[in-house]
Amino acid sequence: MTTFLLNILLAVSWIALTGAFTPTNLVIGFVLGYSVLAMTQRLMAPSGYFTKVPRVISFALFFLWKLARASVRVALTVLSPRLNIRPAVVAVPLDVRSNGAISLLANLITLTPGTLYLDVSADRRVMYIHTIHVDDPDEFRRAIKDGFERRVKEMLE
Amino acid sequence: MQEVLTAGLMVGGALFMLVAALGVLRMPDLFLRLSASTKASSFGSGLILLAAAAHFADTGVTSRAVATIVFLLLTTPIAAHMLGRAGYFVGVKLSDRTVIDELAYQYDLRTHRLASRNPATTTVETDSVSPES
Repeated sequence: MTTFLLNILLAVSWIALTGAFTPTNLVIGFVLGYSVLAMTQRLMAPSGYFTKVPRVISFALFFLWKLARASVRVALTVLSPRLNIRPAVVAVPLDVRSNGAISLLANLITLTPGTLYLDVSADRRVMYIHTIHVDDPDEFRRAIKDGFERRVKEMLE
Repeated sequence: MQEVLTAGLMVGGALFMLVAALGVLRMPDLFLRLSASTKASSFGSGLILLAAAAHFADTGVTSRAVATIVFLLLTTPIAAHMLGRAGYFVGVKLSDRTVIDELAYQYDLRTHRLASRNPATTTVETDSVSPES
């Protein structure tokens, strides 16, 4: 967290020194600050910042890719003349425990077209998900666990 | 170039909304309609907001468009989740094409506790639900 604040401070000083307050310049300052901090990492207190930032970025890209693919698939399903659906409510066992991680996971699942998060059990072991098309529930469980859940866990826990 | 981008984003957004509307019309039950409509429509409005940002190419407009998209992405799933959850527990019927319902009989109507009995997990709870509740 401190490293993140330092990074913002470096970006702001870059803006002050170049004298151009534009979003592009803010991004440039942030990237420069990030690389300077990464290079001087050994001099400061150890921080998870440098493993987390690439993870967050790769997660965002992964999610956008999933979102685009699922959107197209649901669009094709809706437009196909014979509505090709096999809806199901599947229970997915959870490994993440914290409130934040479960909320993020639930939000991501609902955001992905075709899947709708219904509820989490009172003991937080299982999440119930409604999905438009499922051939094999175990395959669906594996996809959620290896995809979203593993990455949310890496990012937050 | 900029006009092509704007037009492309607007047409794409409108198409997504059209698909969402068709989904509401064609899907057989509440949950499928929610699935088809909320996500596609938030994606569609996101694209149209991006089109506005591309058209004006102005920092103020862009930052507002991005902030609106972020808030849409944060709030629409919660609305969909609350509607779906309430619908299920009030007893809205799943479509008869539904193949599996692993949430059936897991919810205790008296205590409002949701159990986690599930063949995929090894944890079996015995204190939870009577099947006819």
